[in-house]
Amino acid sequence: MSILIYAESAPDASGGKFKKTAFELASYAKKVAESWGTTVTAVTINHNEIGELAEYGVDKVVCAQHADLNAFNAKNYADVLKQVAQKEQSKLVVLSSTTDSLYIAPLLSVGLQAGYASNVVALPLGNNPLQVKRTAFSNKAFVTTELKGDCNLISLAKNSFGLVLANGAAASEDFTPTLESSANSVRVTGVEQSSGQITIADADIVVSAGRGLKGPENWGMIEELASVLGAATACSKPVSDLGWRPHSEHVGQTGKPVATNLYIAIGISGAIQHIAGVNSSKVKVVINTDPEAPFFKVADYGVVGDAFEVIPQLIQKLKAFKAQ
Amino acid sequence: MKILVCISHVPDTTSKINFTNGDTEFDTNGVQFVINPNDEFGLTRAIWFQEQQGAHITVVNVGGPETEPTLRKALAIGANEAIRININPTDGFMVATALADVVKNGGYDLVIAGKESLDYNGGMVPGMLAGLLGYSFVNACIELTIDGNTAQVAREIDGGKERLTASLPLVVGGQKGLVEEKDLRIPNMRGIMTARTKTLTVLETTASGNSVSVKFEKPAAKSAVKLVAADQLDELINLLHNEAKVI
Repeated sequence: MSILIYAESAPDASGGKFKKTAFELASYAKKVAESWGTTVTAVTINHNEIGELAEYGVDKVVCAQHADLNAFNAKNYADVLKQVAQKEQSKLVVLSSTTDSLYIAPLLSVGLQAGYASNVVALPLGNNPLQVKRTAFSNKAFVTTELKGDCNLISLAKNSFGLVLANGAAASEDFTPTLESSANSVRVTGVEQSSGQITIADADIVVSAGRGLKGPENWGMIEELASVLGAATACSKPVSDLGWRPHSEHVGQTGKPVATNLYIAIGISGAIQHIAGVNSSKVKVVINTDPEAPFFKVADYGVVGDAFEVIPQLIQKLKAFKAQ
Repeated sequence: MKILVCISHVPDTTSKINFTNGDTEFDTNGVQFVINPNDEFGLTRAIWFQEQQGAHITVVNVGGPETEPTLRKALAIGANEAIRININPTDGFMVATALADVVKNGGYDLVIAGKESLDYNGGMVPGMLAGLLGYSFVNACIELTIDGNTAQVAREIDGGKERLTASLPLVVGGQKGLVEEKDLRIPNMRGIMTARTKTLTVLETTASGNSVSVKFEKPAAKSAVKLVAADQLDELINLLHNEAKVI
């Protein structure tokens, strides 16, 4: 009956640690479990360093182990979660909104015949029937969705709940899943990933710049600002279309979605498609020469000024602030 | 090669979003509808397979008669025929179940659906469809080529891309990258004329869902931006640290 979460970890090549979203899921599931009078079970896949999960309220960890799970395979991973959910007779499974979890979730929902809601942003509004609040229409609205499965599955939007520490200890058990050969119809042949950089998906802060920067040669100060803040860098669509920055940095409706704690937009006027992609970020700072730029309408803080004057000063002041 | 491209009929990005009937329904009044952008990338990729490898393209939508202009537009862009499954779906599972019957009966080698639609942002139909059919599935697909019975695919992952091979039949959740935005096709006059005479089949379905949207609300109005003078950046840092608590 326990609530099941998938505690996703980074690939071994990137350190193998749990993603921060794993702890957010644990915090969320613990809160739901308390109101339901049940416990939280986390599933890990080929990952045995489980201590941290208990700090966020996980009561039991099921460590799935299998040589065929070393490379990510959505079908296999969904099958593992399905088998554990059935073993634990879970009524609710909570996944994160990482690229991999969003790939797994619909397969898992079919496997479990579960109702599924993505982009969930709050604790359940009602438990019988289960009602959840999710974003829709590119963050222009919320919708309350009623899930009608015997078991239900939700994907929690990143940074929508936060981390809550709990004093607890987690039991752990090993689990050997049964994998189907049909999963081999999709196989990974290679990964191209920039290493050593904070990705937009993992970052708590994103520094993003647009055409106001005038050219790719001026991105040094953006990268420096990002490095001072421990932030990822991003860009607007015109900038990636012009080839000033790689496509992987393009954020907005047709690019990557951004749901960070702090989003700093520099020299981006704020086309509706851009705002749609970044609007679920908690705090937005806009720096632009044009006081009429539409982005100011949705920003929390704004500076009307020339990026070439403001950013170097901001870097100096932030360095002094960080040194305190 | 037979390709099925799933087309969602969604409000244009610039539409004002409003609700009606006690905030229980989306208000379509005055809303301009378009082909879901993620589906448009998939459709243009399908046209590439049609031109390069002689593929036959069927476009399909699950929805009422009001979605037919969107399907006609897909035909004008170059799809060979269209199917409309006549039901107003209540959730993604209903859409996937209705589509699964069409795929099974049509013997498609490749199904392309946008990785999410821009109305409900569910991101569930392609994966559920693959799960129901037991087909290969690649989500967030940004590159796709096919040789014989095998597809070479890339999908977007955090901070990069992953390359995969997948055997057909295959379902992909498509997005920008399948083709570049500058290569998206728009209908020309000849396309629009021929689209009028292409086949649009209407099918019925008994598919049912397992979730339902019961209430909509718009985000609370945002308080006005706090402007900080360009020579008072210490104040900005102070606000971000003490008020917003994000640095």
